[in-house]
Formats: sequence, C-alpha cells, structure tokens
Amino acid sequence: MSVDPRAGRETETIYEKSVAGRRAFVAPECDVPEVPVEELLPDWARRGEPAALPEVSEPEIVRHFNGLSKRNFDLDTGFYPLGSCTMKHNPKLHERVAALPGHARLHPLQDAELAQGALELMFNLQSALGEIAGLPHVSLQPSAGSHGELAGLLVTRAYHEDRGERRTKVLTPDTAHGTNPATVTMAGYEVVKVGTAPDGGVDLDDLRAKADDDVACLMLTNPNTLGLFDSNIEEIAAIVHGVGATLYYDGANLNAVMGISRPGDMGFDIVHFNLHKSFTQPHGGGGPGAGPIAVSERIEPFLPRPQVVRIPSENGHGPRYNLDHDRPKSIGKLRGFQGNFGVFVRSYAYIRSLGAEGLREASETAVLNANYLRALLAAPEIAEHLPIAFDRTCMHEFVLSGRGARDRLGIKTLDIAKRMLDHGVHPPTVYFPLLVDEALMIEPTETETKETLDEFAQIVAAILAEAAEDPEIARNAPYTTPVRRLDEAAAAKHPVVRQPAATDS
Amino acid sequence: MSRYTSATDADRRAMLDAIGVGSVDDLFAEIPESVRLGRPLDLPAGMAEQDVHEHLSELAARNVDCDAETSFLGAGMYDHYVPALVDSILSRSEFLTPYTPYQPEISQGGLQVMFEYQTAISELTGLPVSNASVYEGPSAVAAAAYLAKLETRRGGLVVSRGVHPHARETLATHAAGYGMTVSEAGLDAAGATDVDALAALVDDDTAAVFVAQPNFLGTVEELGALGEAAKRTGALFVVAADPIPLGILEPPGALGADVCVGEGQTLGNRLDFGGPSFGFFAAAERFIRKLPGRIAGETRDVDGKRGFVLTLQTREQHIRREKATHNICTAQALNALAGTIYLSWLGRRGLVELGELLLRRTHYAREAVGLEAINPGPVVREFAVRVPDLDAALARARAAGINPGYRLGRDYPEYGDGLLVALTERRTRADIDRLAAVLGGVREGAPA
Repeated sequence: MSVDPRAGRETETIYEKSVAGRRAFVAPECDVPEVPVEELLPDWARRGEPAALPEVSEPEIVRHFNGLSKRNFDLDTGFYPLGSCTMKHNPKLHERVAALPGHARLHPLQDAELAQGALELMFNLQSALGEIAGLPHVSLQPSAGSHGELAGLLVTRAYHEDRGERRTKVLTPDTAHGTNPATVTMAGYEVVKVGTAPDGGVDLDDLRAKADDDVACLMLTNPNTLGLFDSNIEEIAAIVHGVGATLYYDGANLNAVMGISRPGDMGFDIVHFNLHKSFTQPHGGGGPGAGPIAVSERIEPFLPRPQVVRIPSENGHGPRYNLDHDRPKSIGKLRGFQGNFGVFVRSYAYIRSLGAEGLREASETAVLNANYLRALLAAPEIAEHLPIAFDRTCMHEFVLSGRGARDRLGIKTLDIAKRMLDHGVHPPTVYFPLLVDEALMIEPTETETKETLDEFAQIVAAILAEAAEDPEIARNAPYTTPVRRLDEAAAAKHPVVRQPAATDS
Repeated sequence: MSRYTSATDADRRAMLDAIGVGSVDDLFAEIPESVRLGRPLDLPAGMAEQDVHEHLSELAARNVDCDAETSFLGAGMYDHYVPALVDSILSRSEFLTPYTPYQPEISQGGLQVMFEYQTAISELTGLPVSNASVYEGPSAVAAAAYLAKLETRRGGLVVSRGVHPHARETLATHAAGYGMTVSEAGLDAAGATDVDALAALVDDDTAAVFVAQPNFLGTVEELGALGEAAKRTGALFVVAADPIPLGILEPPGALGADVCVGEGQTLGNRLDFGGPSFGFFAAAERFIRKLPGRIAGETRDVDGKRGFVLTLQTREQHIRREKATHNICTAQALNALAGTIYLSWLGRRGLVELGELLLRRTHYAREAVGLEAINPGPVVREFAVRVPDLDAALARARAAGINPGYRLGRDYPEYGDGLLVALTERRTRADIDRLAAVLGGVREGAPA
C-alpha cells in the first residue's frame, strides 16, 4: 500500500511549516550607528521573547498561499447567486487603475494641493452617487454597509438633538438585514419591529400603530429583502415624516433600480451604498468594502467630516478641491482619514465606464435575469418542492421556500445548498429572510449569461429529482469539496482560534 | 449592450417570453410613476476601457505620491515597503473575488488565512484571542469601547491625548450612540501620557481607558504603570498599538492590556490615500464571546479531516440582531490576508530586525535634525520636534523635494511649532541627512 507523502499537508498552517533558521525577508542595511537596543529602550519596554511568527522561505510562502487559494471557490470561477450580496463581475481594469502609484502610494495626509487628482476623483464620485440616490449630499467615509448604517443613525440622532428632540426608538421591518437592528442598538436606540403584509411589503397598519413621536427613524430596503418593490413607499414616507422621523434606505438592494427610481424621489432622507455590491468592488473574501451615505438638505450639516468640496474656478485657474473640516454640526469622524479610497477608485471607474445609460441597463438586466430565473424555477417539478415565497414580479432577487422539499422529499434547504457545491455553483443565501420558512434567496446579477441561468435551473431540478430517489445523497453532501460538512458545534463549544503556542520542553 | 453584461436581443426576447411579459419595462410595473426618475441620470456618458484608463491615469498623475518625493509623513499611515509576493498572491481571484465564507466547504483557503492571521495578531499583541479584522485603526478603538460598555455596563471612557487624534474623534462620534462620555488625559512635559492626570480621571463609572503604543508622537509609553492606574476601579485597559514596533516592544498583553487594537496598514498594505487597510482586535480570553465581527476556528469534517469555520457566530448581527456584540458584517479580509503574508515574509527574526532598524533610525534622525525634541525619551517610528519658523522650514523642504512630516498644530495647538517626523525602512540615512540639512539642524551631514 502506497503512502501519499502529501497526505494532510494541505491543511498544515504556515506555522506548522516553520523551520528554525529559514527566512524570506532580508533587512536593508543598517546605515545608521548600530547603537545597542538596550541603550535606546529601557528594560521595561523591551520585548523578552520574539513574536512566534513562522520561519519560512519565499518559495514556501508562495506555495502555501497558492495552495490555500485553490481551496476557495470564487466569483471569477463560477456562478455566485448569493442573495443580497450582488456578486456581479469585478472588472479587471479596476485593479490596474487602483494600483497606479498616484493612487496606491498617496499618503492620506498629503497636502490638498498635492492631492488634487484624488480629491477630484472623490468629489466626482460624491456627485455621481448623489445623482444616483437622488440625494445631493454625500459622505464617502463609512467603511462598509453596516458602518454607513451607523452613520445614518448618528446623523439622525444629531438632527433631532439639534431640534431639541430626544427620540428613543427605530423601526425596522421583520425582513430587515441583521445589521439594521444591530446598528440600532449601537446607535443607542430601541428596536421596534414592523410586520410584513401578505403581499410582502410593509404592513401599513402596523407601521401607523407604531409610528409615534418617540420614533427617530424607519430603516427600509426597497426593493426589500424579498426582492419586492414596495409600491406603498410614498405612503410609508408620509407616515414616517408625519411623526418627524427620518426614512433610511439600506442600499444593499440598489442594484435593482439604478437610473430607474431614486431613493430620494421615493422620500428617503438617508441612503447608504455598498460599493462592494452594486459598484463592483471585489469582495475579497469578506472585505474591503465601502459604505458611503447620501442625505437630504436638512441632514447635510450633520454629515461626518471632513467633506470633499470644490472651490469654483477663479482668475482663469480651474476648480480646486479641498477637505472641509470646519463643519460645526458634524457628528465627527467615523474612522481615520477619508475612507476606503482604493474602493472609490474602482467604483468611480465603474460609473465612468457605464455612464447613465449603462447603469440603467445594468439594473434592467439584473431584474431581467432574476425574473427569468424565477420563471425557470417556477417549472412544476421544481416549484412543488421550492415554491416562491411571494408570487409576484421580482426585482433583482427573489426568495424561494424549501418547505416543500423538506416536507415531501425529506431534505432541508441546507442540504440543497450543500449539494449545489458538488455541482460547482455557489448556493444562494439560505435561511434569510427569517420570515420565509427554509428560505433560499437568489440574486443572479446582470453579468450572468442566459446559459448560466439555464444551467443553474437544471442543477436545481437534478438535485430535487435525485432527492426524490434517494434523499440521503443530499443529506450527506457535499462530496467533491476540499472538506465535507464541518462540525460547527464543536468549533463553538471548544474554540480553537489560533495555532497553539509551541511548548518548550 | 451595457458593459459587462451579455444579453443579446435574442436572449432578451426569449427571456421575456419565458417570464410572460412583453418588455423589460413591464418588469418595473410595480414602481409607481410618481417615484420613477423619468429621465436619464445626469452623469457623463460611458467610455471605452482605454479612455477610462486614460482618465484615471490623468487624475493619478495630479497627486504627489511617495515615489515623487522623499516623505517623512506618517501620523497613522506609513510608507513601508510592500514585498512583491503580497501583490502576486492578492491578485489571485480565489482570494480577490469570493464573498464572506458562508459556505466553509468551498472557503477553506480564506478561513485558514483568517486562522493564521488571528495567530499572528495574537503573537504580536500577547493576547490569546483575535478576531479576523475590523475596518481600520480608529474605528477599532471605538469597537473596543463598545466591548467595554457590554462588559462593564459603565458610561465613562478615558483616553490619553497620546492616542491618534482621528481615533479620539472617532471614539467621541461613536460614544454619542453608545450613550458614553469621553474624557481626555493630557501628555506630560516629555510627550508621554501623564499617568497622574490619567489616574485622576478614572473612577467607578469608567468602562475603559485608552492609550497608544507608541503614542501619536512616537513616545514609547510605560504601559505597566498606565495599566495599573487604568484598572484600579475595574475598567478595561485598551492599548492602540502600531504592530511593527511590537516586534521589539513588550507586548501589551504582557503588560496588563485587556484589549489591543490598531491600524494594520503597516503590515503589507498600501497607503491608498487612507484605505482600505485593516484594523486588528485582540483580547484576553474572557472576552472571546464578546468580540466584534468574524472569528475563524478549527474543527473537523464528517470524515475527520481538519477544517476551519466561522465560529462563535451567535455574537454576530446575522444571528443575534439587536443583541449582537457589534453591527460589523463586511470587514477587511483581503487586507488582513496582506498582513498575514507580510508577517510570514518578515518571520520571527525579520520583525525584530525591522523593529530595531526603525528604532535606530528614529533615534538617529532625532539627533541629526538637532532641534528641540517634544519627546526626548525613548521613541520608535516617529518623533516630534519644535521647528523655529515652521512655515519657512516646510517651504524649504518642499522646494528640496522633501515632505518633512506632519504639522502637529493641526491637532495639538499646544505644539503649534511642532513637526512629527516618521521613519520607515525606506528612509535611508542619506534621506535623513537631507532632511536634517533642510530643517536647519545644528549639524549638516552625518554625525559620527
């Protein structure tokens, strides 16, 4: 019997590959006097034992991380219909322009007059996002969607305090992303849930009952997390504004409506964008992203500082750009420096590539693709097991319920998702939104071909047909992935969250 | 046809037929006319790829980056050399383009990277548990305050004036939401946190005390004494650290820190005009179920094979909703990968060597410029000096192609003539000597 010499090595950590004496880094020559460290640092400050970082050579590092990369599925490899995440193509041009030294090697505290290109780019992006949102004032500072949400509630708080009002509650629909209620608590408010009507929209009666003078804000996505446009939006806005609250737009689902309908025109006061969703920043396996916010005139004074401003041309010179820190009503800074500029470069390149017409076509195609896939999955042999949660025209995504498969085939949504892994596609978002039993939330995006959508529908049909024969196959899936189902309960019960420190004997 | 889509007219026709509608417009019928835009967005027309490249190149060319001058500018982000293997590995689509690893069976690469990252951060900080990254440095400080609120249920935060000004302002912004108040402990005559002033601010309602290592001026803080003062009434002691000097400085965890956070840009990340980089967040074992954000943990699959998962998710927003320990979802995974690669490249000895080089160059430079030091004690990475006629000195430096550092008066009126000078391994002795000459130091050229 032969022994595979590499068996088990593919999960060795870089620490386990470490061999004393190996190295990759060669320090630059010490060209200043080599004063003993003891003379420069007192005993109490000096480190006793070096940090136990690995000792490995450059070729080993390359093989290690390349090996790890092959244990990841990614968007450039296959279909990724992860609902609410907008996994659209990440244009390759963007990596090139973000890496230009004038962007990548620019210090954030460089004098404004020596960073005019960067500030102009930020100003242009602010303007474009303001136009897309229908709300003219933009702060690029928040680092991700949830950070944008926090910014939105903190400006709401500042706005009300400026009017001498103290409000204690924020309304969120029961379909909301988890970040919404989590943000509400961090911003010092109490969460009050608003119900969903039978058509999937906000329950207006419940909203009216809960909207009172104590409510600071209603946080909403439109289209909502069911992928449905809430056509009562103007009435919702009137109810919310009627009690003096702000209306907040979670921009996770903006990819459905770019150039078609603007949150500002719907009555929203504050919008956050996820530049890593609609505006193509690669997701990086969990960031970086960026979560700019756009706000109406009355909220503008409270935006984070600094703001990028344009000083109009004079004396024949072109316009100049500057960072305005002098904003007395501002909530202050939400993070260091000006935000995730590298993300701004990519999103700006995207907006300039597509232009007004291209952005609208992107949204139209996203909605077309979603509805086409919805129609394919409405085929009786699929829909009997995976009925659509709300049978309406959807926007950029839609939600199926796995209750049929569970009750009639004996497989759960999780099993279907895991079996998809063997078919080489990323599963949809599962078990969200919470009000749909065994939910599968599917967002194909505009950058997928009809053939890909056809193939996905065939995969779903094949998994269901297979389960009708033998549900054990799905229940034990996946089979072809680098590892199979992992014991998450054990991981949480006895957490091992770092390489155990080497024990000297 | 829009860029990056592929639907042909024939595709569109076939898809609309399958849906059972006549046109794409029909799909939007549920959007009331009154909230439709009804006109094209007021944006420039789309452009060919080469034209976008040209436009972005023109904008980039109007910035003076660190290749275009000799820069001693730091104050939170530093011009370290990023090795080529970081670029090479980060450009792999398997790292660049996946989402957060919700399906661990096809995300083992990213999850194992998180595990290795957490190990490295734990080693640097001397604290046993690390999360998989937060946004960046200052908001990591604010995240630590939220942990302190959850842990102590107290309302006061005490922050040293040696903590980065952006972090202090970010803390104040967040404290408005947390319902907490922030008070500030000043610096002493040697540019270190005034331990008595800090002790006087700590009371029974203090949830956390924040100091920086080294502090904003580059002063090496006496963490042991500060921690003792901080923890007297049960407050958490939070250290905001620069990870590179931690190669030679006693780790905060060994000096009483409950939480150590910081800005990770110096670990293999570009300057990028301020981001994206990453923030790190490490803590004592007892806080493991209160940490913000993602944490990777080791486990086994059904066949007994080793694997990694996102763990302790019941802390997080998608499970706990309003009771979550933080609202963070998307963090900075790719930047944390850069940090993990970079620390593997430096290795056990390299981090020490780099730290010692920085230490020596910082002290050499402070002596070479020959100006009155605001922080005359031990410094690393950065130091602050008073520059007579600062405006003229800055102009001279600029004319010589040198960015001499950060004007402290922007954040510290008490140091109106102060200049904060930052060193990295890229600023050679020759660069330092040029800086010294232009700042009008007592000695031009090199001391012996």
